Parts: sequence; C-alpha cells; structure tokens
Amino acid sequence: MKLLTQNIKEMCIEANHYLSKDMEQALCRAAQEEESPLGKQILGQLQENLEIAGSDMIPICQDTGMAVIFLEIGQEVHFVNGNLEEAVHEGVRQGYTEGYLRKSVVKDPIYRENTRDNTPAVIYYDIIPGEKVIITVAPKGFGSENMSRIFMLKPADGIEGVKNAVITAVKEAGPNACPPMVVGVGIGGTFEKCALLAKRALTREITEHSDIPYIKELEEELYQKLNASGIGPGGMGGTTTVLAVNINTYPTHIAGLPVAVNICCHVNRHTVRVI
Amino acid sequence: MERHIQVPITARDAASLRSGDYVFLTGIIYTARDAAHKRMYEAMEANEKLPFDMEENVIYYMGPSPARDNRPVGSAGPTTSSRMDKYTPALLDRGLKGMIGKGKRTEEVKEAIVRNGAVYFAAVGGAGALLSRSIISSEVIAYDDLGTEAIRKLEVKDFPVIVVIDSQGSDLYETAIWQYCRE
Repeated sequence: MKLLTQNIKEMCIEANHYLSKDMEQALCRAAQEEESPLGKQILGQLQENLEIAGSDMIPICQDTGMAVIFLEIGQEVHFVNGNLEEAVHEGVRQGYTEGYLRKSVVKDPIYRENTRDNTPAVIYYDIIPGEKVIITVAPKGFGSENMSRIFMLKPADGIEGVKNAVITAVKEAGPNACPPMVVGVGIGGTFEKCALLAKRALTREITEHSDIPYIKELEEELYQKLNASGIGPGGMGGTTTVLAVNINTYPTHIAGLPVAVNICCHVNRHTVRVI
Repeated sequence: MERHIQVPITARDAASLRSGDYVFLTGIIYTARDAAHKRMYEAMEANEKLPFDMEENVIYYMGPSPARDNRPVGSAGPTTSSRMDKYTPALLDRGLKGMIGKGKRTEEVKEAIVRNGAVYFAAVGGAGALLSRSIISSEVIAYDDLGTEAIRKLEVKDFPVIVVIDSQGSDLYETAIWQYCRE
C-alpha cells in the first residue's frame, strides 16, 4: 500500500507541472500553424507557461483539478497492509499538500466546505489479467469539465447526430473551456458508461487514433470541422480550437445512442505508471 | 493595439480601451471568485460595508495555488467569469471599473458594463505559471476562511490581458470568431 500511496503522490505532482510529450508537441505544432496573430501570441504564451511551470515548479494551471484515478489491477495482485481506497486518497492528500497544489474539493455539493487536502479522489477500478497494476492519474480542471455534455440520442439520429452533439458542445464551451481543447467522446453503452468512455478518451495519447476505421475518420472529420469554427486560442478567434478529438465506443441497447462529450482544456493532464 | 494602463483604472482610461486591445496592467487589483462574490453580495443586501471600495477598482477572478519558497503567489490564472455574472451588475453599479477573467458574459453584465463605462478583460486561461510572474505581492484582506477563494490584494506589474468587452459593448468573443470561421 505504501508503494501505491507514494506513486500516486508523485504522479499528482508530476501531472500538474509537466504535460505529456504528445500534448507539448501538439501545442508546438499549433503555434506554428495558427493563422491569427493574436492566437499565435496566446499559443506562444502557453508554451512559455509550460517552460516556467517545469523550471520554477509552479503548477501549469492554478486549477490543479479534482484527482481522477484509474486503477487497472491485475487479477493475480494481492494488496497487503491496509485499505486500497484509503491508500489512494492518502497519495492524493500528500501530493496536494506537499506539492503546493490547490485544494479544490468541497465535502458536500450543496454546503461546499473545502476538505482542505483535495480528497476524496474519483477512483475507477478495472480488473485485468496479469500481475501488474496500471495507475493513471488525471487531475481534471472544472473550467472545461463544466462545459461537458451528455446527449441521449435516438438510434435514428445516427452518425450525423453524433457529429452535431460534439459540435454543439464545443461551440457552447467556446472561450469558457480554455481552448485549444482536447475533446473526449464516448459513444454507446449506457448513460454512465458513455461518460466514462469519454473521460477515458481524454487519457489516450492525442496522436493516437481509434483502431475502428470509421471512428478514426470521424475523429479526423470532427477535428477539421471544429478547427474551422473560428473559436481559436483563448476563444479570441483563430484556426486552432481543438488539439485532438478522441472517441471511444461500446456496444449499446437497441433503443439508444448515448453520446458523452467530455471537454478538456489545453492542460490535458495525465500520467501513467505500471507497478 | 498595445496599451500600458495603471490600475485602479480611471473612467477615462476605461472608456479609451477597445475590444481586442492587448493591455499591460500595473498597480493594484483584487481577487474574488464564487464564494467571495456570494459574500459580498450578501453584505450589500444587508447594507454592510464591502471589504474594499469598488470605485475605479478591478477584480480578478482567480484563486491561486499555494505559494512556494517565499514567492508571493503560486499559479495564478483566471477562472471562468460566467459564474460571477449573477453578482456582477450590482458591483459595477457601485463603481467597479474592470474585471479580469475568461469566457462569455451575460447580456445583463454587458449592459452594466456599458451603463458604467467599465471594461471586461480576459487573461489567458491555463497560463497560471506565466501570469504569476507579473504578480509582485499578494495579501489576503478578507474572508481568510475561504482559503484559495479569499479576497487578495495583488500588486501587479505589466500584467498581460486582452480587452474582450469594452465600454461600448463590443465583444471580442463574438467579433473575432467570424474572421476565422470557415463553415
């Protein structure tokens, strides 16, 4: 359990100070290709911001998020010495207090008293074959989380319905979600499953496409369409509105077509370790 | 157009700014976000004194991460302004001259901006490490119990912002998009 706590603590700090390579490269490419002078200037600031965050150990964004943690646990693994869930929360507690990260979690959604250590985390467990544990820590900021949407479409709405849903969500998000955004989309499953698919899509490398050919095409088409919307960096006009559209799918019911659009800002934080 | 402006901001300076101007602010600003706005609003309704005088002042919608190594502040970028919309017109009518945040505002806020000759700036969202470099000092002046949401008095030097809504009601988020829209 100590090993788990220690890793989660380090991962919370790491994710909030350094972006993954794929995100850095995407921002760099966007800065080169952006057509709006103001947009280019903003993207330049974002790159400078990343450098300062890493060199001075200042979080990339002051909203260091609610800690979303995926644990993929090998079925041969046996945890000893303590409670698994408490070990995860303890890692978050230590990471956020010792790492000078902002405590942004309130105990009750209505009464809103801050828990002062950013716990609890949101934890998802998956059981996988083998004897390893894959930990993904993805601190999620709420400027973009607030702009996320779920659409319970009808089967007859089809792929055009899905496209409209994604475009609607991104346009409504506009400048509020700190563009350029990364868009995670979940299609299928049930009400809650599609939301989880969308969240998981945000943790995929943004250079990586779906291995389903028509979904890959959909990702590319939406990427083009959203970047033609004009929203641009910071919502101040430009040709870079999204850095990637990642779509995950799952079988669904004969009567339904759930679509979830989880929007993330350009600070799409996620870090993965295998122990 | 690039401008250097002193804060608190005079009515004349506020009126001279135009949507799209790139502005460097130097002087004193105050932070307040959701919880602090709610308290200020309740104080106004109860006819109590506000933690600072709104006249000519600028509010920054921001809750920083904790400061490290004797620095004045941690990461310090803007939060989404729309959550403050409900409370904003009353503050503008009390003399508030500027706001720094990110994202769209309601028609009610726009009308109050025009009515009071104020200005709405955006700082670049998600650039909190970079923006912290323009903050020279930070002091909690009210609602300490709110933690990151307490009201802070910040001394800033060349703090970079962009005018989104100017005193004539022009909104950069609406105008700029059409220049690059290819649908």
